[in-house]
Amino acid sequence: MGRFLIRRLLGLIVALAVASVVIFLCLEVVPGDPAAYMLGVNARPDTLAALRAELGLDGSAVQRYFDWIGGMLRGDFGISYTYRTPVSGMIVDRMWVSLPLALYALGLSVAIAFPAGIWAASRRGSAADLGVMGVTQLGVAVPNFWFAMLMVLLFAIKLRWFPSGGFAGWDEGLFAGLKSLTLPAIALALPQASILTRVMRSSLLDTLGEDYIRTARAKGVSRRRAIWAHGLRNALIPVLTIIGLQFSFLLAGAIIIENVFYLPGLGRLVFQAISSRDLIVVESVVLLLVFAVIAVNFAVDMAYGLVDPRLRGRR
Amino acid sequence: MKGLWLGAILVSVFVGAALLSLVWVPYDIIQMNMAQRLQGPSWPHPLGTDHYGRDMLSMIMLGARTSIAVALVAVGIGMGLGVPLGLTAAARRGGWIDEIVMRGNDLIFAFPSLLIAILITAIFGASAVNAIIAIGIFNIPVFARLVRGGALSLWTRDYILAARVAGKGRARISIEHILPNLTNLLIVQGTIQFSLGILAEAGLSYVGLGAQPPVPSWGRMLADTQTMYSIALHLALVPGLSILLTVLGLNLMGDGLRDLLDPRVRRAAR
Repeated sequence: MGRFLIRRLLGLIVALAVASVVIFLCLEVVPGDPAAYMLGVNARPDTLAALRAELGLDGSAVQRYFDWIGGMLRGDFGISYTYRTPVSGMIVDRMWVSLPLALYALGLSVAIAFPAGIWAASRRGSAADLGVMGVTQLGVAVPNFWFAMLMVLLFAIKLRWFPSGGFAGWDEGLFAGLKSLTLPAIALALPQASILTRVMRSSLLDTLGEDYIRTARAKGVSRRRAIWAHGLRNALIPVLTIIGLQFSFLLAGAIIIENVFYLPGLGRLVFQAISSRDLIVVESVVLLLVFAVIAVNFAVDMAYGLVDPRLRGRR
Repeated sequence: MKGLWLGAILVSVFVGAALLSLVWVPYDIIQMNMAQRLQGPSWPHPLGTDHYGRDMLSMIMLGARTSIAVALVAVGIGMGLGVPLGLTAAARRGGWIDEIVMRGNDLIFAFPSLLIAILITAIFGASAVNAIIAIGIFNIPVFARLVRGGALSLWTRDYILAARVAGKGRARISIEHILPNLTNLLIVQGTIQFSLGILAEAGLSYVGLGAQPPVPSWGRMLADTQTMYSIALHLALVPGLSILLTVLGLNLMGDGLRDLLDPRVRRAAR
């Protein structure tokens, strides 16, 4: 387990280093000087030079890269070009929307997919199975922003159960906050739940076809017990992989849904920062999200080890 | 098999509409006609008209062209680069090319795809071409990984050994013996990536980063009607259902083709 852990940790660090270089290089080629962008076309050359020095834009690319990485390691993400406030503070604020939203959506996805997938697998070929598979087929094909628009029409405009957009803020209380995140979370969860249901079903079916399940059944173990005590745990590995991928997708991929509902999350922050050439914000948020994806995948790998001891020795 | 047929019919309807739009659409969509705006479905306008009085059927036909073209070329990019990379990686298993290809793949997978697509279109400007590139980049590792995995198992077969003994080089074996045996896998995955591409294009256009006006696109039709669909529901239903049905059709086709082409699945009949 120790070697496995060290190997994976080293891989994690290398992946992060490469990702940071790629992100930095991508933004190096963005046309437009942020200082000129901030001061407008009529700025005097000396003001421009002073601002460039203040923002740390006058160093060489290599120097700026290491300044940026060094700062991030110390928790100093720099100062936003447009808002003139520390980027770390902005990210933390937005995190309070994006993280709960991602967790909420993931929770919904798992809460729907586990029972639905297990139910369909245990009644393979029945009308119930066909029904579940049909619904998931639709769920995967629905563009989630369109589904969000239709939900807004029904639940916000017609029935007035939920707000049509915006975020109440956690200061208004947990209920108000969750209420403004409910429709976005459902919209995000729908395709994810559909995918997860299918993975759960097919993984469980694979497992149920194994010899040890047949042996257990032959020894008189009930079907229900065979599924719950033997099948499920073994079927969880692919399901865990997908959950991990989904979490990182939900954290970063909510941009469009955040736009539909005018939610002040991380995705919307990047979206706005890109259009105002606030490169330092873009760089930091993207790297943070990539870090989150890599870290989640790492955690999933570790979880495999817990679920399946056979994998501990392998790379 | 029913699924495959249903999928094929759905896809042909939209591909047919896209092809027909190359030579004919019922109405000119550049021309506004405010007297006819926000009309529901009727004989002259089977899918109604939008907030500028433009015929929705014509918009959907032209939008189909954009969506299908973007997704198709993005699949082409993914296959064009991913397949040779995957073949090379498998032919030189464990070598430095394999290592670079696989680590590069891991890296691309670590980037949240939508975020990077937005970054790319933001850096290089919003356009259908940049949307294609943004979606296409994420198709490369999908195909590279698929082909590598499939090719690795083929390399252990006896007929490959026979070809090697006969003196064929790795590149020739890859092209003449490995690739033809991966066609089924590629067709199925291609269909799936195609449907994902349609969804991605719709999403990018919806946030204004896909095809730019006056080129119609389904995603932007939805964005344009954001403030009006509560009074004229067909504005949201028509483009949304077009996306849904195209993607559904492609997914059904993908599943059906996999069942049809993969004897193992056919036997298990899931």
